Order: sequence, then C-alpha cells, then structure tokens
Amino acid sequence: MTATVTPERSGAGRDDKDSFGRLVHAEWTKFRTVRGWVIAVLIAAALTAGVGLYAASGPQTGCQPVGPNGPIGPPAPCKPANPVGPGGEAVSDSYYFVHRALSGNGSLTVRVTALAGRSSPPGGGIAPGPNQEQNFTSGIQPWAKAGILLTASTRQGSAYAAMMVTGGHGVRMQYNYTGDAPGLPGAVSAASPRWLRLVRAGDTVTGYDSAGGTHWARVGVVSLAGLPATVQAGPFVTSPAWVQTQNSGPTVATAVFDHVSARGTPPGTGWRGVSIGAITGSNAQGSSLPGRLHAAEGTFTVTGSGDIAPAGPGPTNIGVPADDGFAGAFAGLIVVIVVGAMFITAEYRRGLIAVTLAAAPARGRVLAAKAVVIGSVAFVAGLIGTAPVIPVGTSLLRSHGNYVFPMSALTEVRLVAGTAALLAITAVLALAAGTILRHGAGAITAVIALTVVTYFFSVPLAVLPAGAADWLLRVTPAAGFAIKQYVPAYPQVNNVYTPQHGYFPLAPWAGMGVLCLWAALALWLAAVLLRRRDA
Amino acid sequence: MQATIEVRGLRKSFGPTLALDGMTFTVAPGQVTGFVGPNGAGKTSTMRVILGLDAPDEGTALVGGRRYTALRRPLTHLGSLLDAAALQPSRTGRNHLLWLAHSQGLDARRVDSVLEQTGLGGAARRRASGYSLGMRQRLGIAAALLGDPPMLMMDEPFNGMDPEGIIWMRGLLRSLAEAGRAVLVSSHLMSELEDTAGHLVIIGRGRVIADTGTRDLLAAVSGDRVTLRTAAPGRAAAALARAGAAASTDGTAVTVSGLPPEKVVLVLSENAVPFSEVSAHRASLAEAYLELTRDAADYRPDAAGYRPDAPAGGSR
Repeated sequence: MTATVTPERSGAGRDDKDSFGRLVHAEWTKFRTVRGWVIAVLIAAALTAGVGLYAASGPQTGCQPVGPNGPIGPPAPCKPANPVGPGGEAVSDSYYFVHRALSGNGSLTVRVTALAGRSSPPGGGIAPGPNQEQNFTSGIQPWAKAGILLTASTRQGSAYAAMMVTGGHGVRMQYNYTGDAPGLPGAVSAASPRWLRLVRAGDTVTGYDSAGGTHWARVGVVSLAGLPATVQAGPFVTSPAWVQTQNSGPTVATAVFDHVSARGTPPGTGWRGVSIGAITGSNAQGSSLPGRLHAAEGTFTVTGSGDIAPAGPGPTNIGVPADDGFAGAFAGLIVVIVVGAMFITAEYRRGLIAVTLAAAPARGRVLAAKAVVIGSVAFVAGLIGTAPVIPVGTSLLRSHGNYVFPMSALTEVRLVAGTAALLAITAVLALAAGTILRHGAGAITAVIALTVVTYFFSVPLAVLPAGAADWLLRVTPAAGFAIKQYVPAYPQVNNVYTPQHGYFPLAPWAGMGVLCLWAALALWLAAVLLRRRDA
Repeated sequence: MQATIEVRGLRKSFGPTLALDGMTFTVAPGQVTGFVGPNGAGKTSTMRVILGLDAPDEGTALVGGRRYTALRRPLTHLGSLLDAAALQPSRTGRNHLLWLAHSQGLDARRVDSVLEQTGLGGAARRRASGYSLGMRQRLGIAAALLGDPPMLMMDEPFNGMDPEGIIWMRGLLRSLAEAGRAVLVSSHLMSELEDTAGHLVIIGRGRVIADTGTRDLLAAVSGDRVTLRTAAPGRAAAALARAGAAASTDGTAVTVSGLPPEKVVLVLSENAVPFSEVSAHRASLAEAYLELTRDAADYRPDAAGYRPDAPAGGSR
C-alpha cells in the first residue's frame, strides 16, 4: 500500500452536485438508523390521523328525533343541507322572487324607489303565531338586496346573474353566488331612485345601472355557461340575518319597484311571486322568513328575507367544515418538531457534529441536506396521516348528524398536501432553531410555542381576543395553519369571520408563505451561525 | 502532492485563555509522529484547527498542501479520531460507519472491511451505547481508516484501551506508517508512544518545545552516563575521578559521566575495585518528557499519579 492522494476529479460542477447527493444520502442514513426517530415519525402520522378522526367523531350538532319513549333513530341534520352552487360551494339561496319566463335573448329593466328593513330583536327570535315579525325593529342590513335576477331556474343553487341595490353598499352586480362588482354608490330613495337592467345574449348577461333611466353605465358582464333557452327573470328582495359572535336572527327587507319592463317574454305568461328557500315552522335558527308581494298599478312592493350568497360556517350556519378533522395535525406537529430539532441537537449534545463537519466541511450544505431529509420525512408522515382524514372523517361527521360543508377534489388534494407541507416546513423550522440554539429542549419549546401553542390558544380554545388571535395568525409561524381553511370569507356576506369559526386572517397560501418565510429566515440564520462558529 | 500535514504559526485564544501560541510543526509520511504534551497544552485544539472545526486567529494548517475544508471527500485524504465518545448512542457501530461512508461516496463493503481490520466485527450490529471505551476507540479508528487515507490523525487513541488493545494499537500505527502514511498520534503519556513514534513533537502552553527524532531525544537526555554498582563506592569514585570522570554516589550506586562503560571497567579493574554491574544509563521517554516540560506544564501530576485512564487532554 502506498500513500498516494486520490486524484481530484475534473468537472467541479458535477462533483458539487454529487457531493450534495452524498450529503443527503448520509443524512438519510443517519435518520433511518436511529430507531427512535423512525418510530416517532410513524407516531406523528398515526397521531395526525388518530386525533383527527377522534375529533371528527366527537361533535354532534344534529337533532335526535324523539319518540314517546326517548330518542329514536340516528341523529339527523337539524335543517336541510345548504344548496350547492355552480362552483360546488355551499350557498344560501333564499329570497322572494317575482318572476316570469324569458326566452332566448332578451332584457329586463326596473326602477327601484325604496328599500327599508326590519330586524328580529337580539336574542328574542321570532314571535309565534301568524305575525312572526311583530317584535321586529326597523333598520336595514347593509347587505340587504333588492333588484332584478335572471336565473336558470327557481331551484336553489341555480346559476344566476343579478343587478341590485343594497342597504349600505350601493348598486352591485352579483352572479353565481361568489361574484360581486360595484355599480353606483349611495342609498336608494324616492328622490334618488336607481334604474337597473339585465341584458341576455346567449350565455352572456350584462348588467347596467342608471340614476335617471336615460344614461346607462355597464356594471359587469358575466358568462353563465349552459344557460337554458328559457330562463326565469324578475324583481327579487332578500335580507340576510344579523349576526353576533354566537347569535343570529332573521331580518326582512321591503322594496318598491316600478317601470318594470321585459323584452323576450313568451306570449301567455305573466308575473308570479314565490318565496324561495323560506324556512317555516318552529325552527328559530332559520334565517329566512317567507316573503310577500303587493302589486298595484304597475308597482311591485316586495318583501323578502334570506340571502343569495356563498354559505360558510358561522352563527347563521350550523355545520362543521371537514377540516375539523385536521385538528390532528397539531398533535403530529409536536412530534415532528421534536424530531426535527433533535436531528441536529443530538449531534451537538454528543459532539457528533464535529464528526459530521469533518466528513463534510461545507457546513451550509450539511444543513441543507439535513433540511431536505427531515422535511421529506415529515411530508410523507403528513401525507399518510391526513389522507384518510377527509374521506373517513367526513363520513363520521355525517353519521353524527353534522352538516359538512362540501369541498372539491382539488381542494381535498390541496388540504392533504398543504397539511403535509405544514408538517414538513415546521420540521425544517425546528431543525433551524436547533442549529441556532444548539439545545434540544430550548429549540423544541420555542418552536412549539410559536406554532402549536399559538394555534391552540387562537383557534380551538379561543381564549385570546379575536383581534389578538388574528394578529398572531398573521405574523407567527402558526399562520401556516391557514392552509386548512377551505371555505373562504367573502366581504359581501354577513358572517363572523373569526379563527374560531374556521376563518384565518390570511389566505391559505399566504399563511403558508408566512410559515415558509420563518423557516427560510431561521435556516439562513442557522447557516450563518453554523459557518461562523467553531463546531 | 505530498502526504504531509503542515502546521504554521497557529494562534488561538478562547476568551482570556491562549490555547495556541505559534504552534508550528510538520508531520512527515512514513513514520508515526507522537504529539505529546500535558493536558491543556493545545493538542486537541491543534487537531481541531487542522480539521477546520475551529478557526485559528492566525496561522495556517495544510493537509497535503491544501486547507482541509477545501478537500472533496476529505476522509479519503485525512482520517481522524478526535473524540471516541462522539456517537449517537442508539445507532449501531456499523450504521455509524455507514453514514460516514455514504458521505464520502463509499459503500457498505468498505465499512465491513474496516470493521474487520479493527476487530469490531462481532459488536458492529450492537448499539453504540453498549460499547466500552476501548470499543469506541476501535470504532473511531475504523472511521479514520474508512477512506483509506494517506494521512491519519488521532487524539489520545490509547485512552481506555486494555493492555492487549494497546499492543494491537501500537502494531496498527506502525504498520500504517510503514505503508507510507503520515500518522500523527497525540498522547499525554510519553510511555504509550515508546517503540511506536519515530518522531516526537512535544508541546506545552500552545507551542512546540521539542520537534525531534525519538532516538536523538533519548540520546540527548541520557547523556553518556554510566551506572555502577559496587560494594566500595568511595574507592570507585576516587579511582574514576583520578581517571578524569565526574562521579557521584548515593551509597550503593555510582553515576559516572565523562567515560564510556568499557573505560570505566578498565579503570576499576586497574584499581582492583570490586563491582557487580556496569551499565550505560538509558533515559526513558517519560523522563525526557518530564525534563522538557518541567517549565511548560500547566498541570502535571507527579509520576505516581499517572493513570492510563486519565481524561484526554483538551483545551475546551
């Protein structure tokens, strides 16, 4: 044997790439050869699934049918499920509609001269007997709506386009529940009426408004795919429930329409008034009361109640999002944080970091290789843990009589992959914290406090004031939990948009972005310190 | 490129403590270089700087002419053992070597080969937490040999080894050097390096006190003294003094300097002084070391306090 030095290979670029591959290989070997870490990650997956499904098996918001000898049969939802809109989302679709058929291309024009409203008293609810509104006080809801509607059918959840005046947001054009565009500002009155027009051409509906009926401005154009040849069109009125943190009650609005003119109406048809989606009977949770029509000398006075809008969880909507099943993610997260931090602090504790850095002196790359390994491991654990939660959790929730807000297949993929990413990026954050602090307990405590504890106090426990919770969920790594929100908040819908009801202050990807930013900054600081410090 | 470790003018302080104070030496291939000094003299600090683990305030350390941190697959250039206890306790010895092998692009066959070479084959699949200190040393040596490097560096490898292990270790170090490798072995016990190190770098307080061949050092410390045992020390001393030698006596033995042993025998015979033994005095490395480090030691136990399991010298 002679002491010759291994000749350097040419092609530094390729070798650099190889060298990172070698580091990832080495770190993976390190990870998989500590049985405790492998078991911990399996436990993280099991906890995510187990706690999630346990949480899904808990809530029972349904109503148990009661017979003479006690409860009978399985629990069932207390009210009919929300209709589903053309986009697959849950919607509210209750209003009073004065409609007639419109065939082929045509148009509809009205003038609105008044809009007024009345609300049920706080906590008082609806009076029994024929006059349900006897205790109501006057006052218009900002999102009370009166205008004209063109819809594929009067079935709830149908595609539509509408021009309307509102209680506090001027003229709007709204369509297919989620679409909203502003028109003329200001409130409507006899002195300041609003003219509204919808024009249909094929699948396209265009909305116009006007203050005087002569100069018209276009508010919006929408394409309603697959609109049938004959549609229903006419004036409508609706008024959403008032909402407080834990409470809500129905309201009504009354509007006056005149100069009603329609082009494209088939012969032999006329105006018909109908309450759509009104809830009758003793169920005071209902946010929609029956409406009514008074027609005289070309003037329609219409009273309606309800909303035409996307529906989300909140005081008006008893129901649970399927993402409640993701509660288990925080349990898995704790384990993943522990393993992520230990992946480096165990080396500091035993002095093994010196062996690692003697084998691979490029310290930034060592850290990157560790991040790749622990991030991938946590991601896979997250996938395994969350994949069964939605299908199994949703059926568990339904079997207990809960209404579950629907989600599309794509959203389901986003939730599963996003929750796995939440685990992965938090594990990398813990690794970075472990590198910075070189102390397992300190790093684990810090990251658990920033993520799991912050989330837990803000959302499930809701012990923090909503303002503080909102702020924490914007700036701390717990913002990443927003990835599991799938029912969006809409400014045009009255609701209590708090984390407790499942609404995060940041959009899902923005929240994930905040978490990524934390992880990136921590990793950068860790790399700087690792390079600068003596090992 | 020569398989040589060169250390030039290293200085490093940890807070108020000056750990390295102009450390300079070269480790040549083909022999074992002993790196000796009392605890805290800077042996571990020097090795950590060579490996790029600690940054020196001044000076350079080159491995085969290049900085260690610039080496690709560094374990194929310089194998090292710093701290045998640096192990994840729940990982098996074999898996510890396996991740190291993967970091260098080597495979499991190389791992099994060094396990065989260090006699750890039987314990390789047990958790490192169950290893004795001697087994950990063997595992650390296996890790150092993994990349079949032309240069090797070990910090106190004899620590915790049983006599059989020490003999094995000496043989291994000699065979590695005979194969042309540069081998640097630190110890705070000179005796461990007896018959092993061909060259010695003796340090104290962060700098080199002596950088010399082992044989030259022994000769220098021994001088040309002769020890004489006789029943008549007074007469012997007088006769030798007349012959021009310096002689001193402690009652039974006479130490003579200035005359070679055969001349001493001649003088005694001529003067009819009876004697039982005449021997050339040979200093031990331990004596030489004590002589040299008398002024340099921060901490030095008396000779009786030397324990083979004394903690490794370290500056941190």
